[in-house]
Amino acid sequence: MNQFQYVRPSKPKAAIDARAKDQNSQFIAGGTNLLDLMKRGVMNPERLIDISRLPLDKLERQNNTFRIGSMALNATVADDKQVLEKLPLLAQALNAGASAQLRNMATIGGNMLQRTRCPYFYDTALPCNKREPGSGCGALEGYNRMHAIFGFSDKCIAVHPSDMSVALVALDATVLVSGPKGDRRIPFAELHRLPGDMPQKDTTLETGELITAVEVPEGPFTKNVHYLKVRERASYAFALVSVAAALQLENNIIKDARLAMGGVAHKPWRLTEAEKSLVGKPATEATFQAAAAIAMQGAKAFKHNAYKLKLGPNAIVQALKNATNVA
Amino acid sequence: MADEISDSKPENPKCGHDAARRQFLKQSSVLTALAFTPGPVVQAAAAEWDEKIAAPFEKVGLKLAVNGKSYKLSVEPRVTLLDLLREQLHLTGTKKGCDYGQCGACTVHVDGKRVNSCLALAVMQDGREITTIEGLAKGDDLHPMQEAFIKHDGFQCGYCTPGQIMSAVACIREGKADSEGEIREFMSGNICRCGAYPNIVAAIQEVKTGGQKV
Ligand SMILES: Cc1cc2nc3c(=O)[nH]c(=O)nc-3n(C[C@H](O)[C@H](O)[C@H](O)COP(=O)(O)OP(=O)(O)OC[C@H]3O[C@@H](n4cnc5c(N)ncnc54)[C@H](O)[C@@H]3O)c2cc1C
Ligand code: SF4
Ligand code: FES
Ligand code: FES
Repeated sequence: MNQFQYVRPSKPKAAIDARAKDQNSQFIAGGTNLLDLMKRGVMNPERLIDISRLPLDKLERQNNTFRIGSMALNATVADDKQVLEKLPLLAQALNAGASAQLRNMATIGGNMLQRTRCPYFYDTALPCNKREPGSGCGALEGYNRMHAIFGFSDKCIAVHPSDMSVALVALDATVLVSGPKGDRRIPFAELHRLPGDMPQKDTTLETGELITAVEVPEGPFTKNVHYLKVRERASYAFALVSVAAALQLENNIIKDARLAMGGVAHKPWRLTEAEKSLVGKPATEATFQAAAAIAMQGAKAFKHNAYKLKLGPNAIVQALKNATNVA
Repeated sequence: MADEISDSKPENPKCGHDAARRQFLKQSSVLTALAFTPGPVVQAAAAEWDEKIAAPFEKVGLKLAVNGKSYKLSVEPRVTLLDLLREQLHLTGTKKGCDYGQCGACTVHVDGKRVNSCLALAVMQDGREITTIEGLAKGDDLHPMQEAFIKHDGFQCGYCTPGQIMSAVACIREGKADSEGEIREFMSGNICRCGAYPNIVAAIQEVKTGGQKV
């Protein structure tokens, strides 16, 4: 790992100032993604601003909304009794990510800002527009098994790796941000961006902006939810495809529905049209199949990830079945 | 291993660097001097940054309690907790496997929580309590989990074992050892290349149902 400076401000404002003044600095929270990338030479910040002790780790529930501080640990949130009861989809997605040791270090803010696991991004000997703008995309013509089927550009076909984020986009979360120009709220669906001509920019955050919390409305999705993660091993691997499914049922008729996918795009992929198709219908396999077909419209595969065109709809149907106990 | 560290005392151990790193530091001493003007602390005050600050190549003061002993240390910001434990404190029970958070060999407890020490910066642990495999036994009495691993042949080569045991203890304390499935899921951050998993699960189940305090 390259040498770097280390500072540990005690107030959010000092952290924001430090970051805004220095392009070559990075916030560090749990460090489980940043240190990994620094050890491999993928990221080489000259200064780390330790935000892990900022007083931003509270988990509060007020007026049917959870406000989760960005420094709350993944494990803490996943184990919280109220989260388990009211936001079970979020708990499931958190527990599907990484290992128990990593979840004890990983923070909510850091999890949503973790960088892609594209192997070309990780290997500094290979071209990658995200790591080194203009160098080309190794995955486009390369071994693109893990890569996107929605929303990619010819500059980058990487996927966003966070499991938690798939649940948060489905649950209509809002990200609370403080920056040099003040505070703002970002709907979760607008936090991550598609690659376009600027794959080096993962999110809509500006330099110096600090995520302070995420707000998640309770909503009616407490019973019929499922986070399905398809991965190469039984546990502890990134998703090839994942699905967050949440339904509100009344007499087996779907009153409200949320669907999102992971492992298919540069951002957690909300399936709005498929959601609409579910509402008013009975919770049956036929309904789920129809929604899955709608969800996959516009999907396009590369040489090595065509399996995702089949795995995707199957995973959607299975997640909905698991959420509703339809056999 | 470095030659100048043989006289290190727990209270004030010198830092263990290999010869190459020492050479590197010597060469960079000029850079260091430059980096110190106008002085990081002054800079910090001017910029209203508070507390800890370290310039390049400078060491940061650090207090840690490791296995019940207090240490006052000084480390480069880039030193991981794993390297600090192994190279400066000579607690080599904690193993380095992948060094990237993937295998669990480096699992230790920080303030009672199990973490991968290879992905934790030592400076970020300032003021915390660390327990390593060396701190589990009470004197000559092995920890119940250590006994159970021996009894159930929970290891073959033994390389992953310290991390497995630290995780296994945490797994029970976290209340995540109620079924075989749960144990497997919550032990999945610890990889064993010898495939000792069934015996590890048996050891954990015995300790979990044995009623001993872990
Ligand atoms: C072996 C392994 C397996 C994994 N498996 C999975 C998996 O299956 N699913 C999954 O979802 N994840 C997985 N992860 C990723 C892990 O969940 C992330 O590394 C972790 O969540 C990142 O959180 P952190 O606090 O450690 O972030 P850090 O590494 O500290 O930070 C990550 C990035 O976010 C920025 N940042 C952090 N907090 C803030 C903030 N509040 N405001 C602004 N910027 C901020 C940092 O500057 C940095 O750029 C895995 C990781 C490893 C090492
Ligand atoms: S897909 Fe994106 S991250 Fe991967 S090599 Fe191409 S540009 Fe880089
Ligand atoms: S050495 Fe830390 S997880 Fe492998
Ligand atoms: S016993 Fe050999 S690696 Fe686990």
